[in-house]
Amino acid sequence: MPKRTDIQKIMIIGSGPIVIGQAGEFDYSGTQAVQALKEEGYIVSLVNSNPATIMTDPDLAHKTYMVPLTVEALERVLEVDRPDAILPTMGGQTALNLAVSLSDRGVLSRLGIKLIGTSVESIRKAEDRGLFKKAMEKIGLSSPKSFVVHSLDEAKRALTAIPFPVLIRASFTLGGTGGGIARNAEEFEQKVLSGLDLSPVGEVLVEESLLGWKEFELEVVRDRADNSIIVCSIENVDPMGVHTGDSITVAPAMTLTDREYQYLRNAAISILREIGVETGGSNVQFAVNPQSGRVLVIEMNPRVSRSSALASKATGFPIARVATKVAIGYTLDEIKNDITKVTPAAFEPSIDYVVVKVPRFHFEKFAQASRVLGPQMKSVGEVMGIGHHFKEALMKALRSLENNRSGFASVVLPESDSEVEEMLKESLDDRIHRIAQAFRQGYSVEKIHEWTGVDQFFLNEILELVHLEIEIAERCNEPLALFPDDLLRKAKKDGLSDLRIAELLQKDESLVREMRERRGISLQYRRVDTCAAEFDTTTPYLYGTYAGVDERDLSGSEGKSVVILGSGPNRIGQGVEFDYCCVHGVMAAREMGFDAVMINCNPETVSTDFDISDRLYFDPLTREDVLGILEEEKPMGVVVQFGGQTPLKLASILAEKNIPVLGTSPGMTDLAEDRERFHAVIQELGLLQPLSALSHSIGDTPEMVMSVGFPVLVRPSYVLGGEAMEVLYDEEDLTAYLARAVSLDFRFPLLIDSFLGQATEVDVDALSDGTSVFIGGILEHIEEAGIHSGDSACFLPPMNLSEKVLQTLRDQTIKLALRLSVKGLMNIQFAVQNEKVYILEVNPRASRTIPFISKSIGLPLAKIAMKVMLGKSLADLGLSHGEVARTPFVSVKEAVFPFKKFPGVDTILGPEMKSTGEVMGLSRRFSKAFLDAQEGAGMNLPKQGRVFVSVSDRDKPAIIEICQSLNSLGYKIVATGGTRDVLIAAGMDVEHVNKVKEGSPHIVDQIADGRIALVVNTVSGKSSQRDSLSIRRETLARNIPYYTTVAGAKALAMALMDASSRNVLEEVICLQEIRR
Amino acid sequence: MKSFAPIVLVLEDGTIFSGQSVGASGTVSGEVVFNTAMSGYQEVLTDPSYAGQIVVMTSPMIGNTGINEVDAESSKVQLSGFLTTAMSYKPSHHQCTKTLPDYLVEQGIISAQEIDTRSLTRHLRKKGVLRGILTTEMDKPSRLIERARRVPSIESLDLVRQGLPMHETLKRSLTSGLEVVLIDFGAKGSIKKCLEDLGVRVRVVPPDTKAQSILDDRPDGVVLSNGPGDPARLTSIIGEVRGLLGRLPILGICLGHQLLSLAVGAKTYKLPFGHHGVNHPILDLFSGKVWITSQNHNYAVREDSLPDGCEPLYRSLYDGSLEGIRFSRSPILSVQFHPEAAPGPTDAFPIFSEFLEMMKR
Repeated sequence: MPKRTDIQKIMIIGSGPIVIGQAGEFDYSGTQAVQALKEEGYIVSLVNSNPATIMTDPDLAHKTYMVPLTVEALERVLEVDRPDAILPTMGGQTALNLAVSLSDRGVLSRLGIKLIGTSVESIRKAEDRGLFKKAMEKIGLSSPKSFVVHSLDEAKRALTAIPFPVLIRASFTLGGTGGGIARNAEEFEQKVLSGLDLSPVGEVLVEESLLGWKEFELEVVRDRADNSIIVCSIENVDPMGVHTGDSITVAPAMTLTDREYQYLRNAAISILREIGVETGGSNVQFAVNPQSGRVLVIEMNPRVSRSSALASKATGFPIARVATKVAIGYTLDEIKNDITKVTPAAFEPSIDYVVVKVPRFHFEKFAQASRVLGPQMKSVGEVMGIGHHFKEALMKALRSLENNRSGFASVVLPESDSEVEEMLKESLDDRIHRIAQAFRQGYSVEKIHEWTGVDQFFLNEILELVHLEIEIAERCNEPLALFPDDLLRKAKKDGLSDLRIAELLQKDESLVREMRERRGISLQYRRVDTCAAEFDTTTPYLYGTYAGVDERDLSGSEGKSVVILGSGPNRIGQGVEFDYCCVHGVMAAREMGFDAVMINCNPETVSTDFDISDRLYFDPLTREDVLGILEEEKPMGVVVQFGGQTPLKLASILAEKNIPVLGTSPGMTDLAEDRERFHAVIQELGLLQPLSALSHSIGDTPEMVMSVGFPVLVRPSYVLGGEAMEVLYDEEDLTAYLARAVSLDFRFPLLIDSFLGQATEVDVDALSDGTSVFIGGILEHIEEAGIHSGDSACFLPPMNLSEKVLQTLRDQTIKLALRLSVKGLMNIQFAVQNEKVYILEVNPRASRTIPFISKSIGLPLAKIAMKVMLGKSLADLGLSHGEVARTPFVSVKEAVFPFKKFPGVDTILGPEMKSTGEVMGLSRRFSKAFLDAQEGAGMNLPKQGRVFVSVSDRDKPAIIEICQSLNSLGYKIVATGGTRDVLIAAGMDVEHVNKVKEGSPHIVDQIADGRIALVVNTVSGKSSQRDSLSIRRETLARNIPYYTTVAGAKALAMALMDASSRNVLEEVICLQEIRR
Repeated sequence: MKSFAPIVLVLEDGTIFSGQSVGASGTVSGEVVFNTAMSGYQEVLTDPSYAGQIVVMTSPMIGNTGINEVDAESSKVQLSGFLTTAMSYKPSHHQCTKTLPDYLVEQGIISAQEIDTRSLTRHLRKKGVLRGILTTEMDKPSRLIERARRVPSIESLDLVRQGLPMHETLKRSLTSGLEVVLIDFGAKGSIKKCLEDLGVRVRVVPPDTKAQSILDDRPDGVVLSNGPGDPARLTSIIGEVRGLLGRLPILGICLGHQLLSLAVGAKTYKLPFGHHGVNHPILDLFSGKVWITSQNHNYAVREDSLPDGCEPLYRSLYDGSLEGIRFSRSPILSVQFHPEAAPGPTDAFPIFSEFLEMMKR
């Protein structure tokens, strides 16, 4: 059937900022969808608040609206944009929920807008637990015993039918937020209440727990002729009970017979049919009882998902693209398989390798968070390993994680068997390493299966790897030359890295590498082709393996390729911003006629789409794997400045092998990173840095701190568990810090920087070709220096910096760029205090802010940087020396935090980065841009109500004006002791409320009762932070907007004042209006 | 490290693939074909259509669920040799009764692991079906190649008549009151089971059964089963099939479909590397519907040789080859793919109910 002609203009809804449970996979799907619609001749508009995405590039969609993903904001856009249809299945749960809200509010019917790809009825049927269960019963499938409840009383009644442990899940939430396993009445009550609260519809599912059942997922695509295909089956190594996003997963499914698999396949297809997914992709999850084979349907997502992104990368089948084509009316047999070119999309991929996904956690950033995994997702990223069998794929994935582990790590298990049992029963984030360790200590497969529920098939695979490691380690005293050839070959085929073998043999990695090379054992590259080699393909999608024969055809590409090293797994501080830069690098290299070669291991990215680059290597970003690729690629150069920290770590290896690095030389990058040498550069250029000192022991720390003077920012060289970077204001802080130093187990030297209080932090992103310098943006931060720049809200153009300071910033940027011979991008962090400009940090590479600035100024900075690296001058590209890019609008970037996912974690910001993503607000006025950014970041700002204010002594002078503004806008101020006194002294009318320690009724009671609409709470020192933690957690739990810095609160008050005096809120701007 | 005896696959074109022996020792010869199914190795092993063939599994992990009592398509392993990348010695499944390597040894099947199955598959795709020997008896390469060249072509083998007769299974409640005769050219057990599940009594008869003797028993229909080898050499059987045409409803599956086509005067030909997998899309030329089907054949019916009264019904979306025909005047259904699946998707199950309707009319 041909495509629909009753619609011409289609809007795609993005997924908003990166949060736990919704990451770069929706940039991949949205980008594919926009392209798929454009090539069919549709006019495409896009809404998304996340600037760090390829999908929001102004030349992708016809119109791109950077607005908060709220139903109000969307309605305003729809009034202006007037699409014929909305495709809501590409933007995760966020987009689906918005589609439902738009329909409920009558917006769709009022404006005559259709939904394509799914329907509101289907979404409801799939998402509403009760309706879903009924639908499953109708088609003869079982789902877990469960009850949908809307109150605690109802929940308690359900408990009579289900024995503990019980699973609680909130309806309509992200990543399983608001759920958990309850083992007793107390836990039950607490989890039901929090679930009811977090569910946007106040609904919770009380369900029989399937702990220990196997978990499978099928990715299905269905068209309007009722043709369905299964793109991929995925099996979770972690059994039911751990969110699939936090599970190690494998494709294809490993432990099903064909009969069982076909049962799941048929069930999945009938589920799509019953739910009514007529034109699109869905993910269906099943639980299978390992003893009886009984199958239960867990859930289905009537949209593309993280799993479908994984399935796409795992098979080479572009699910988002095909789902988009069927949404506009094509049938699967009419769509071409872009990999084989000769077969249609109506087929089921067969793969002749194994794919393992391993989640990336970042608990170091959230020390108070529990590392026990459950139905609520906690991982911040993931990697995928492709290998010729399970072991190789698993080992590749584990070494891709960039957590300093080259394979199974040595972890310490408790002494007693009962403690080991307890530990293994808990699904901790590094359980696979603990399992390996337990095998080393002689525990049996049966015991570990009993404790972990992990299928014996996987346990045996792990055991074999452990045995192999032991066999290798036994040779650690022999010379390498005597190492048996067959053992080495087996180790390499089973995926052990050179580094891991070296660790086992207690030798240097380079020696193992030499031994391996001497014996002619090298990485070979196979194609991902969707068809297990049944058809001839030339797809440039490759993976390395030590089994098999190289299939690459590199003839004619020698010296013409440019390799861009990707950014690896997402984690805090290393997010999709860097993938955005990599993709731009690839695009620019291709535009200039080079073969762009991408290496990355993160399936949640656009860069790992096989048609983005000329060649994609889905491989770990380690020395061994990268050199393996480069040996035959023989590129003209490698780009290390786009992928954040990951590729920088590889730069020295490239230098060692005489592989040219494009752009700024690694030597200059090192210089900028080396504290002492860089200090000399700063002095040479006559610039300022905050005073600093280095302390080598606890004993000499006080003296060093005194030499710098309070306040100071301290950071140890290395610390387990993070959280050791801190601002110390006085001797009391210092004493407390040193007391904790022992327990934090941190490593000296300790870096001590003078902390510039009351200073404005500024980020400058610039481009240089070595002789001239172009300034992309000067970003003024809202939070003061001391809050990690990635966590701070910021905006451009700057508003509060004097002409003189701006001039200084510009001049110093130019000086530094030229001194470091920057070729490409450079980011500098400045602090401005009393009109003086200090340099905090210089990074001659792409920064996190590049996508945001690029969008704000209408210039693709990363692309331009790539062209510069390939030999263009800035002048060639139309940019003049010393120029500062202009922007017609105000852009505000706000950070988005994962605190909701980590019960017990404080929301106070500090020098340690904690945000997972960001949003952008764009307007003619600061106020609107700021308020949009706040809304986009999930702050549901009240129009009226009671504002609770409690600030530290340092912030008391500044709070008065803020409160007066809020008061004048009609908000009532509520405050505790000291803050209240200050406000009353300033002549304000303030309501008093008890601190928690003063007894009930206190502030937390008021928050819990829904009587507080906004919270402003700042602290200084650990003890006041501890005392007020319950306030911030309750605020978070109630989804009440909050500010933990006085600067943030001030910006809010200013913006609200301005917005109230002008009618700026109705304005709708699209990114394409920004044209240089 | 466990040690394995070496094993080599030697192809008629001189290519050699080596691996580790995991089954019986000795030498076996046959046509080498690849199968892309990711599950269902037990069904593949016991499918009589593979008689005379050495099968390469492209899926890298074989044997994970072991061998069970419910998934065999016949009473023994039917293929000649079995090649894999990796085989599981420690399967994990509640139905498992033995490991795959143990089963292969017990069945005397020469098998290998650690074969570079992807390179072998790419080679077969380029070169087409090749004859070869799989051996644990090491010899000079030149001598092994010579032996591979002397492997008789599958066209010369009488594989259909070498198969074991199918066991009569338990009588179930056969509610439809219909009875069909299943001519067993190497039938998969699932064909019989699918019919019985629809309440049909199935009587299995040997490949050389005369048309007249079938007609004398007045069954409600005849099913021509799948089976191994070249259909064109089965001239006497084709003659008997011709004797059935127009006399009662007929369902032809795979080899049965080819025999039916030959009986009406159409021609068959050998495909370059056959269709062996469970992900083959076919298009219903009349409804526009796509089915994902299980397929296992090296021969196909030439569409341009179909006589009047026959028209193409299904076509492969992979290579456009004919996958089924319909007869305008007779109650005959004839499909190249395997509606009984096993292994593979059950999209084509409706073929059996359609046949049932045909018999009721």
